[in-house]
Amino acid sequence: MPTTLSRRRFLGTAAATGAAALAAPAIVQAAQSLKVGTYGGFFEDSFKQFIFPEFTKATGIEVNSVAVPTGETWLVQIKNAARAKTAPADVSLMAGIPRSHGADQKVFKALDDSKIPNLSNMPDRFKDRYDDGTLYGVGAVSWYITLCTNSDEIPDAPDSWAALWDETYKDQIGLLGLASNSHMLEVTAATFFGGTDILDTKDGIQQVFDKLSELVPNVRLWYKDEGAFQQALQDGEIPMGQYYHDVAGLAAAEGFPVVSTFPKEGAVVDSGYWIVPEHAQPVDEIHEFINFISAAETQALLSRNVGTAPVVDPALTDLTEEELAAVSSPKAPIVPRYDIYKDHADWISDTWNQMIAG
Amino acid sequence: MQKSALSRYIGLIPSSVMIGAFFVIPFVLILLTSVSTPTDDGGYATGFDLQHFERFLTWFYIERALFSAGLCALIAVLSLLIAYPFTYFLTTFPPRTQTFWLIYILAQLSLSEVLIAFSWQILLSRTAGVANILVWFGVIEKSFAMTPSAGAVVAALVYLTVPFSVLLLFPALSRLDKSLIEASRTLGASPLRTFFTVIIPVTRPAIISGGVTVFVLTLGAIIVPQVLGKPEHWTLSVLITDQAIFNFNMPFASALAVVLLVLSATVIWLVTKFSGKKA
Repeated sequence: MPTTLSRRRFLGTAAATGAAALAAPAIVQAAQSLKVGTYGGFFEDSFKQFIFPEFTKATGIEVNSVAVPTGETWLVQIKNAARAKTAPADVSLMAGIPRSHGADQKVFKALDDSKIPNLSNMPDRFKDRYDDGTLYGVGAVSWYITLCTNSDEIPDAPDSWAALWDETYKDQIGLLGLASNSHMLEVTAATFFGGTDILDTKDGIQQVFDKLSELVPNVRLWYKDEGAFQQALQDGEIPMGQYYHDVAGLAAAEGFPVVSTFPKEGAVVDSGYWIVPEHAQPVDEIHEFINFISAAETQALLSRNVGTAPVVDPALTDLTEEELAAVSSPKAPIVPRYDIYKDHADWISDTWNQMIAG
Repeated sequence: MQKSALSRYIGLIPSSVMIGAFFVIPFVLILLTSVSTPTDDGGYATGFDLQHFERFLTWFYIERALFSAGLCALIAVLSLLIAYPFTYFLTTFPPRTQTFWLIYILAQLSLSEVLIAFSWQILLSRTAGVANILVWFGVIEKSFAMTPSAGAVVAALVYLTVPFSVLLLFPALSRLDKSLIEASRTLGASPLRTFFTVIIPVTRPAIISGGVTVFVLTLGAIIVPQVLGKPEHWTLSVLITDQAIFNFNMPFASALAVVLLVLSATVIWLVTKFSGKKA
C-alpha cells in the first residue's frame, strides 16, 4: 500500500505547514513533534507507513521515527543519555527483560494514568507499575510464539507442545537458542507442571530443566537467526519447531507449506511496551501518543498492517474473526516469566548452555 | 647519534598514541570490567571481584575453552597441510603466474566470515547442497543436510584460513635458496626426501608463525561455529557474544575474553619458546 502524495495534497500540506509555522509561537512549534523509537526494520517501516501518519492526522503532532535496537543495548543508551540529562527518544518500544532491568534502575519516567483514558481498554498485565503503583510502561503490541510445522512433512499438525518431546521427531526440531527468548522453561512448565508457578523457586526451575533436557535429542537447530530456521521450516529440512506466529502466517500466505498452531497449553505471548526515558520533555505529547496507540482502532490498524496482536480487549476492535485469528488466539497464552531471567540470570544461562550442548 | 635517537623516538609517537588509544585503553577497560563488582540495581561498578572468573572455573566453560583451543589447532594444521604444498608449487611457476594466483588469493580475503558461513550453509543444505550431486551420481539415495555438524564447522574454517596460510608462507618459500634443493638432489636424495629434510626445516619459522596466526584468527571466529555447528561445537567466542549481546553480562563476557586472550598468549609464548630453542 504505497502512499502517493499528489501534487495538490503536497501543496495543501505545504501551505498548512507554512501557515502553522507563521501562526504558532516558537515554543509550541518545538513541542509539536515527538521522537518515537520502534525496532528498526519491518517494525519501524510499518509504523512509519501506517501508524504515524494517522497519529499526526489525529493530533497535529509530527513524529520523528528512531530505529532502536532490541535487547539491553537500547537500555544502556537510555541510561548513558540520562547521565547527560537527555533522552535518545521521547517514547519507545521495549520488551521483556531489559524493561524489567530498567524499572529496577528507575530510568523510566512515571506516567499519568489520567492522561491515558484508553488504558481502560487493556488488561492489567499491559500496565507496568513501579512498586508504589506509578505507571511506567504501557503495552503497545503483542506477538505470539507458536508451534509451527511443515505440512508436507507433518500433515497432521500436533496440537500440544508435548509433541516436541515425542521421540518420532528425533533430530527434526528447531528451537530458539537462548533461554530468555525461547521461553521453553515456561512452555515446559505449562505443558507438564500445570503452569508457570513452579518456576517460583530455583528447585522448581531445576525440575523443569530436567524435563526440558529430555527433548534435546529431538532438536536439530538451536537458532538465533530467525531466517535460518524459517528457511529450514519452509523447505521441510526441519519440519517442526517454535516460531513467530505473524512471520509464519506471512510465509503461509506466500504459499509455503507452513502451519502455525496455537497449542492447547497456549502459545507464548511476548509484548513490546512503551516506555519513556526519565528526561524526555514533551510530556503531554507523549501521553497523547500512548493514548492514541492504546485506542481500539489503532490496535486494529496494527493487527491488519503490522501483524501484531492487539493489547486491548479484542471485542473492542472492529477486527473480524479471521483477522483476529490471523494474529492471535482466544486460548489463554503462556506469559513469559521475565522475573526468573533477572533473579537467576547467570544460573539459568549456564544451565541452559550446558543442557543444549548435551 | 643522540639526535637521531631522539628523532627516532619522535617518529614513534604517532603510532604509539594510535596503539595506545585503540588497543591498550580498550584492553585495560576489558580488564577492569572483568573484575568489576555488581551493583544492587543489576549494573556493575569499578572494583575488584573475581566472581566472574570463578564462574568460568566450572567444567562446562573449561571444557569449552579446551575445545576452542583444540578446534583452532586442528584448523591451523589442516590449513597448513593444504596451503604448504600449494604455495611451494606456486613458487616454482613463472612470476606472472605467481602474481595472478596471489591476487586471486588476496581477493578471497575480501569475503567476510559471515558470507562464507552462510554460503557453506547453502552448500551443505538438503535442498540445494552437494548431497544432491551425490544423489545424481547415485552414491546416495536421498539428499540430506550436512549442517549443523562438526565437519561443516571444520570445512568452513579451513576454507576461511587457507588464503591467510598461503600468504603467510609465500615470502619464505619464494625466498628459499634453490641451490639447497639442487645440492640435496645432487647428493642423491629423492624429491620427497628433499621436501621433508631440506625444504620444510628451512621454512620452519614461516610454518610456525603461519600456524600461530591461523590459530589466533580462528579463536576469534564466531559466525561459522554458530551457524554451521551444533551447540556442542560453539567456541568460547560464541559464548562471549551470547553474554555480551544477549545476556548483557559485560563483566562475565570480559572475563571470558580475558581467558581467551590468556589462552592465545600462552599458545604464542609456548610456540615461540619451543621453536626458539630448536632453531
